Amino acid sequence: MTLVQGFFIYFAVAMTVLALLVVTRKSPMHSVLWMLAFFFHTAGLYLFLNAEFLAAAQIIVYAGAIMVLFIFVIMLLNLKKEETERKLQKHWVAGLVVSLVLMAAMVKILSGITVLPPLGEYSIQFVQLQGNLMTIGKVLYTQYLLPFEIASVVLLVAIIGAVVLAKKRIL
Amino acid sequence: MSLTGIIATLPETLVIFLKTFIAVNILMLHIAYVVYFERKVIGHMQARLGPMRVGWHGLLQPIADGVKLFFKEDIIPSSADKPIFYIAPVIGVVAAISSLAVIPMWDGFSIADLNIGLLYILALSSIGSYAIILSGWASTSKYAFIGSLRSAAQVISYEIAMGMSLVGIMLLAGSASLSDIVTAQQGGVFNWFIFKQPLAFFVFVMAAIAETNRAPFDLPEAETEIVAGYFTEYSGIRFGLFFMAEYAGMFIMSAMAAVCFLGGWSGPIPGVPGIVWFLFKVYGFIFFYFWIRATLPRYRYDQLMSLGWKLFIPLALANIVITGLVKIL
Repeated sequence: MTLVQGFFIYFAVAMTVLALLVVTRKSPMHSVLWMLAFFFHTAGLYLFLNAEFLAAAQIIVYAGAIMVLFIFVIMLLNLKKEETERKLQKHWVAGLVVSLVLMAAMVKILSGITVLPPLGEYSIQFVQLQGNLMTIGKVLYTQYLLPFEIASVVLLVAIIGAVVLAKKRIL
Repeated sequence: MSLTGIIATLPETLVIFLKTFIAVNILMLHIAYVVYFERKVIGHMQARLGPMRVGWHGLLQPIADGVKLFFKEDIIPSSADKPIFYIAPVIGVVAAISSLAVIPMWDGFSIADLNIGLLYILALSSIGSYAIILSGWASTSKYAFIGSLRSAAQVISYEIAMGMSLVGIMLLAGSASLSDIVTAQQGGVFNWFIFKQPLAFFVFVMAAIAETNRAPFDLPEAETEIVAGYFTEYSGIRFGLFFMAEYAGMFIMSAMAAVCFLGGWSGPIPGVPGIVWFLFKVYGFIFFYFWIRATLPRYRYDQLMSLGWKLFIPLALANIVITGLVKIL
């Protein structure tokens, strides 16, 4: 077993365990915290693939913003009822069957995959030389400018929608 | 990489461990003495003497305080969520201290020179807010809860302004690596980004004070309203950890100001070692923190929020647009 494989096995096992912990904890707050640990492992996996920007974005966006929102909701709702209820309710057999079928399908599809060589000039050496951040920025703002702008407009619509819903009187 | 490969990287790993050990120990000593420095400075600004009893002019006061905190009883509220109550201050300290890894202290010395250095610091500062939110929630006390809600809203709002004020720096330096940013400011005092980005500097300084929950933006721990805010229920060394996180955060923010706006390790007089300039700037900035605390009264909460969202964020956005235009033209 090489070091690379060792790292990957650690991340894979830890992420599976953490995901299980997220769905089985009684307290919603504990679930959220295991989820936070899970996001850190995802970021670690990205770092391991030389995707530094993605790792930082993962922490800033998911751990720093989205999970804080989750925690806010849990804090303000005070979910005491949730804690006393059983986590595994009667539908769990159906859930298990669906997820096992999904897993079998994933294994089938992923085992037939072939890894393509890097596209165009973007070889691993090139990206490392230029820096991950700069490469992503250049591609995003030249080749994929229109999709990028469309995504940002969609997000803007969501923000305006939230303000409109929350405000009693507009203007 | 095989076993021989691991052995080949051992010396490098050892050097990293050594650097980390030195940096963390210096930071710990620094935290102890910056508390003393603060008490002295505030004392003299209020025409008092500050600590005088322990040692010469109270020089051993931080050590006495540390020993006292270590040996105090660790009281946990009976209705607290124990695991979260235990881990919250640790998250705060770890997030604050890990930021130290990317700070370039002098030419060629930083524990890890990441090319996403700035993003790394922003990511860790957003993790730091977990300490505050979780401690307030786990204490099951109304003061702690109000304090943590205030703090979370404040930190999240000011993080946006802080992050955007640094975009101009990244544009000018063409990199997010902190040592590249310092290198871009070499060659004379007027190459420092404080002269090219005065607006961003103003926004950054204000946002940094709000990020570290210092006066006049210390609403999360406003003693007169909510006892001590999110760490009301903490005692002993866990209380000490919150203190450590706050002062480590101040050090990181001052170091960021020095690196991003004041030219990091470069100075106007040649021949003086870089670390001297760096520390001079950092301590100057920390003094500025104390000065502000002794001078200004606390803001009201709605004033704080409208200041952040209606003044600092638009200013930071305008700064990005202007910097971008200047860079293109």
